[in-house]
Amino acid sequence: MATNSEVTRRGSGAAAQQASGPAAQRTQATEAPIRPPVDIWEDKDGITLCADMPGVSKERLSLRVDGNNLIVEGQLQLELAQKAEALYADVRSSLYRRSFSLSGELETGKIEASLKDGVLTVRIPKRAELRPRKIEVQGS
Amino acid sequence: MFGIPSNMPSSAFDELWRLQQEVDELFGSWSSPLGIRSVPRGSFPAVNVGQTPERVDVYLFAPGIDPKSLEISMQQNLLTISGKRELKAGEEADYYRQERFGGEFRRVISLPEEVDPERVQAKYVDGIVQIGVQRRESARPRQIEIH
Repeated sequence: MATNSEVTRRGSGAAAQQASGPAAQRTQATEAPIRPPVDIWEDKDGITLCADMPGVSKERLSLRVDGNNLIVEGQLQLELAQKAEALYADVRSSLYRRSFSLSGELETGKIEASLKDGVLTVRIPKRAELRPRKIEVQGS
Repeated sequence: MFGIPSNMPSSAFDELWRLQQEVDELFGSWSSPLGIRSVPRGSFPAVNVGQTPERVDVYLFAPGIDPKSLEISMQQNLLTISGKRELKAGEEADYYRQERFGGEFRRVISLPEEVDPERVQAKYVDGIVQIGVQRRESARPRQIEIH
């Protein structure tokens, strides 16, 4: 099995196949992480984040809170035939990465996440005492 | 553009367009002609194609779809994939970002001519549709023995 990063690198344009040397090194050095597209929405109990990370299995996904930031990372892996070479590639990196800054009313210790068919869903609950309360207007 | 000096006034759009060209050039796709069925970068789903002397593998980056909703067909060396992606919407939710693709999609991929449309296999793993097509035996490189 060739490693995935090999193919995504080789996928850096058909030119990379013929060109070894400086051009090939340049494409390797410029392998920037993919910024996965996300949907983010809020309801009264918390915030939900969905991210598209196709090719990432549970074992290759990392989700962590660093200070005030939520960092999502994943390693993309393709099942490749031996000695496969790239004919065409939209996806030219094997790393997904994106981070989000959280705010104080979110309960970072109770974040739940699931991964299904390449879609990561993260649920970030609000602190119970800080959920919006409806304030009754006292009438006479 | 085309290496021809120009004194035409350039708008912001032209600048962006030129940047896109430069990015394409960087990735080596500029020197080759544009495929007639190719789609703009960023279209859903993204596609990678790998090959060996025996087979061609197509990878569609299509997370969160129902594989049963996919229609995959091959006519000669043209592989057509269409399907629909339904996004789960939060009820009574306020959206901050909606970047993910939802709706119907279709892509047509032109494979090398010598693939065998009768020998195609497809599977769906971790949000990637992998379609493997065998090349015709007659088209494979053969070792010729010297007697």
